[in-house]
Amino acid sequence: MIEPLLQVVGLNLSFGAIQASRHLSFDVRPGEIHGLIGPNGAGKTTAINQLTGELHPDSGQVIFDGIDITRFPVHKRALMGLARSFQITAVFDHLTVTQNIALAVQAHKGHSYRFWSNADKDAQLIEPTLEALRMVGLEARAPEFASSLSHGEKRQLEVGMALAGKPKLLLLDEPMAGMGPGGTVELSHLIRDMKGQISILLVEHDMDVVFSLADRVTVLVYGEAIATGTPAEIRTNPLVREAYLGESL
Amino acid sequence: MLIPGNSRKHLLLSLGLVALVILPPVSSAFGESYLISLFSRILIYALVAVSLDLILGYGGMVSLGHAAFFGVGAYVVGILAFHSYEGDPLLTWPFLVEGTESGLMAIPLAMLISAFFALVIGFFSLRTSGMHFIMITLAFAQMIYYFCVSLETYGGDDGLSLYARNQLPGLDLSNDGHFYYLCLGILVLYLFVSNRLVNSRFGRVIQGTRENERRMQALGYATFRYKLICFTIAGAGAGLAGALIANQTEFVSPGLMHWTRSGEILVMVLLGGMGTLFGPVLGAMVLLLLEEILASYTEHWMVLLGPFLVIMVLFAKRGLYGLLAGQRH
Repeated sequence: MIEPLLQVVGLNLSFGAIQASRHLSFDVRPGEIHGLIGPNGAGKTTAINQLTGELHPDSGQVIFDGIDITRFPVHKRALMGLARSFQITAVFDHLTVTQNIALAVQAHKGHSYRFWSNADKDAQLIEPTLEALRMVGLEARAPEFASSLSHGEKRQLEVGMALAGKPKLLLLDEPMAGMGPGGTVELSHLIRDMKGQISILLVEHDMDVVFSLADRVTVLVYGEAIATGTPAEIRTNPLVREAYLGESL
Repeated sequence: MLIPGNSRKHLLLSLGLVALVILPPVSSAFGESYLISLFSRILIYALVAVSLDLILGYGGMVSLGHAAFFGVGAYVVGILAFHSYEGDPLLTWPFLVEGTESGLMAIPLAMLISAFFALVIGFFSLRTSGMHFIMITLAFAQMIYYFCVSLETYGGDDGLSLYARNQLPGLDLSNDGHFYYLCLGILVLYLFVSNRLVNSRFGRVIQGTRENERRMQALGYATFRYKLICFTIAGAGAGLAGALIANQTEFVSPGLMHWTRSGEILVMVLLGGMGTLFGPVLGAMVLLLLEEILASYTEHWMVLLGPFLVIMVLFAKRGLYGLLAGQRH
């Protein structure tokens, strides 16, 4: 049995009377694409935020790469190789596309207590930045300000920034949100290309996308993981069918 | 726009520098030598405004306590000079600290102590943001203000007069011309260093944090440390300006660090253009000149200045510098 890259063990988190996560457990294996789905309000974003460290669980554990990171701050997890993209696009509008990616690379290439040399001419940053630009197909837009990108391109940039640090695990929080059909196809290709190289936890509303990309899927209902399995198993699972009452799987 | 943005910016800066360099001989030739000391004051306020721009414009930290570091720098120079003149040491225990009138000692020490104050205040204040940050920086600054008011030995509320300006090798600071060029040299150097800083790796991190701190943390940056270092660097800059103002007026008082002074420095940055470095220089110049000119007509000059500021803030979002230099950065 392969050691999982990420183990989520019995997370509980309440906001007042609302229990956003209850006994939440699942794991992500090295190299797999793991889908996380659930109806609106199932606690998907709350779950992601506990993995990245923006929220801390009341109880339970998050183990990443063999280390208990439950109490680690956000930046430390990121440096360990746990990267995320945001549901609401969070690129730096006043920087160019290149500078956005370079800023993501910079976090992983030496320290940033450098006060004198021009960051644009930093040899350590140029090559990895170009590589990430190529991966997400934004080379042509490289010199533009991020504010001038279309919504779809911003989503690509968002993923590019998450990839730039060469993470072990990539948390994609609804990467297709607000994208047209063309963009969805393109981003699906990109995610498929990364398969096997890094592990991906894909939180997505669009179930066709999840079922076509994921190796395994975990279904979240009321903060609890009610089922984990291959897309085929999940489609036929009676509990899941009940949760998605009326929707065709 | 006849001249493209970048060369327009360079032209503007070169003209500005030339004008400042030739100001002393020209004003002396026209018998208006009081302009030299007025412009020394302007250059010093420009320096403190540029240092505030580092945290306000680049770091997005709206501090309403920046004058505290300005005042601390001034008091360091004032207190050292006082002890040197009186001939009694400042401290005898745990080690001996004598007063000094040497600029080579006093000015770096003013920067260092202001930086230390900024480090401590920043350490607590930067745990908050937005409105809370504004209030807590203001509260700290007022604490230091009242502390200085309570310093009976150093004149309390009335302040402390210096016997003479500091001494620097090769310069006679009691000569207003020499002093002016010292201020100009320091301002140009500070602008050069700040310009390197904001384009460095560190500067990138600071600007990214201003736009989206949460995103920066997710990328792997411990944003608090970067903000604290930036805050400390800005504090040192304000301390440097404070050391100069103490020398310029040969007088220090708690008024230097009152919160209204912080507000005035903030207005200089906003007026000139946040996040532009050169804008605050322009802002300091315009604000102090307007004050000087309007005050000669009426003692209620604030009534005239107020609407001007409102118009500027409403219609020139990138400040005077944005109007003159055109494009961003």
